[in-house]
Amino acid sequence: MAAPYEMNDDSVVVVIGSGAGGGTLGTDLALKGIDTVILEAGGRHETEDFVNDEWPSFGQISWLDKRTTSGSWRVAKDFSGLPAWIVKAVGGSTTHWAGASIRIQEHEFKARTNYGDVPGASLLDWPIGLQDLEPYYDNAEDRMGVTRTNGIEGLPGNNNFKVMKAGADKLGYKECHTGTMAINSKARDGRGACQQIGFCFQGCKSGAKWSTLNAEIPRGEDTGKLEVRDNSHVLQIQHDSSGKVTGVLYADKDGNQHVQKARAVCVAGNSIESPRLLLNSASAMFPDGLANSSGQVGKNYMRHMTGSVYAAFDKPVNMYRGTTMAGIIRDEQVHDPSRGFVGGYEMETLSLGVPFMAAFLDPGAWGREFTSAMDMYDHMAGMWLVGEDMPQESNAITLHPTEKDQHGMAAPNVHFDDHPNDVAMRSHAFRQGAAVYDAVGATRTFPTPPYPSTHNLGTNRMSEKARDGVVNKWGQTHDISNLFVSDGSQFTTGAAENPTLTIVALAIRQADYIAEQMASGAL
Amino acid sequence: MRVIDKRPSVSRRTFLRTSTAASAGIVALSVSGGTLMGAKGAWALDVKNLKPETMQTLVQMARDTYPHDRFSDAIYVKAVGGYDDQAGSDAVLKALLEDGVTTLDGMANGAHGGRYVDVGWEIDRVALLRSISDGAFFQKIRGDLVVSIYNQPEVWQRLGYEGESASKGGYINRGFDDIDWI
Repeated sequence: MAAPYEMNDDSVVVVIGSGAGGGTLGTDLALKGIDTVILEAGGRHETEDFVNDEWPSFGQISWLDKRTTSGSWRVAKDFSGLPAWIVKAVGGSTTHWAGASIRIQEHEFKARTNYGDVPGASLLDWPIGLQDLEPYYDNAEDRMGVTRTNGIEGLPGNNNFKVMKAGADKLGYKECHTGTMAINSKARDGRGACQQIGFCFQGCKSGAKWSTLNAEIPRGEDTGKLEVRDNSHVLQIQHDSSGKVTGVLYADKDGNQHVQKARAVCVAGNSIESPRLLLNSASAMFPDGLANSSGQVGKNYMRHMTGSVYAAFDKPVNMYRGTTMAGIIRDEQVHDPSRGFVGGYEMETLSLGVPFMAAFLDPGAWGREFTSAMDMYDHMAGMWLVGEDMPQESNAITLHPTEKDQHGMAAPNVHFDDHPNDVAMRSHAFRQGAAVYDAVGATRTFPTPPYPSTHNLGTNRMSEKARDGVVNKWGQTHDISNLFVSDGSQFTTGAAENPTLTIVALAIRQADYIAEQMASGAL
Repeated sequence: MRVIDKRPSVSRRTFLRTSTAASAGIVALSVSGGTLMGAKGAWALDVKNLKPETMQTLVQMARDTYPHDRFSDAIYVKAVGGYDDQAGSDAVLKALLEDGVTTLDGMANGAHGGRYVDVGWEIDRVALLRSISDGAFFQKIRGDLVVSIYNQPEVWQRLGYEGESASKGGYINRGFDDIDWI
């Protein structure tokens, strides 16, 4: 058979979502000759459609469906209807991501063993280690064109990086460079070199940044074995009396509902939508939702310890020029409990344009304290702080009892409380970030609170034992053999690193496993 | 290092009209106390659905909430000007704005013996705003202003932000790494 596929074709593998996990998995399955349908809730906006303008771009690609928040995290106060800053479009959040591609470290895969019994944390070791993922990391870095791997040179440092680097050197940090980035420093794989446009978050208009939209899905579609159906929002996963999944119910652009039959279903809607979909698929046979015999679906929601430090100088920086995140200090990524917390964090260059700087610098602030900061916009440098946060069972995606989305499905509530370890790490990171800039003459620094979550992790976590999580070491649900999870919700713990590279590596590995299972007749 | 000329590049006179329909009157906002003196004759705004005095107060509130002394009044007028059209079709919003301004003016009268826009010092006006800052009226205005002010290209230029760059080839040949003092 070849794409497009019939609704009643039950030989296809259905992948829900087209981001780092789903877009990569769907493409890899097609490359192996497996008939695959990706159902993407959002529309298809190609490279030329992206907009260098923060609010219009936000309206173009963001996931803005009904969501609610609860808990003591500041995002619930500042952005109560927007817990996450992620994408609803073909390519998912790989259209929006900044490109930082870093491997999880060995000690982070064994967080429970290495960090011990942290009170209040539901830490668990991953059922896999760095060794299991290394060949897939190698593969992912090559196909994504990650700088400083495979002989690819680093990106040139922009003004914002030069300030960071000078401060890092003064402070004695040893590992500061322009990062391992899935953004071409030279033309490669049919995609051009970075033009230093400065709108990485708004969809790269030069195509230099890897995304599933521009690098994976077109290769998959070329095989004739991949159909990407956009504006197809999956509402429920269906199953038969044996407990195997049989297909999915989805709504098209006009709200009309269809059932796409499937041989297997792979859920890759991100760590908010994936558990929500499993919960919204509850049936008489599975009253607590699909794959939820452990009760762990939606639990252990992680969003990384985050924060930013901006600093004003007496001379201009123009940080907005060039690659947004091509700059990193890695010295704090170690596990060194003498700092007062377990796990580590990265410091990465970051810039926002004036519209988003106003919204995010100090949400809710007004008056001269705020405007005198904005007046220094072109004299500012900035960095993002991203580190490992503690999984907590009470941090969870649940179905809202009354709020519904546009299709009448229960909306997700995102509950999050910072763990004391997260708070201690953020304090340390704010202090070190400010020190980097103070070392090179900052006149004022701004410890900026977390933005709506971009790294959403852990809500269908991978576990050795079925009772501790939702999926096994292949991302296959413990309960239902032809139901998989293929996104960051698999993460057992968050680690300090930006998660996309690991999501891609896991998807490549899962594609191998699904192909083997199909070949052996197990699937 | 390529730096941005932050001086206003548009003509001094800006007309902002929120409606093409016949208006209740063009407000020539020249008030005592000096707060809007710089704007005299520099802009005009048709006000159809709100009271002209209400719009005048909203403009002053906008400046007091996000005060940038290098921004012309036209920027603040543009930021709140859209409320007049919205008030035409949204009675709840209209009541929120009219009642909010009435309350604010009442407080100003009690403390200083005049309307809000007549209070001479910013610090005194800001003190009034602080006392209503948890209420729905101020929260609505502030939440809208943080977008409607900072989303204006004129503001970007004043702050040294260049905006869209892809059509100009990005910054690869236009100063992405031209910092010369670090």
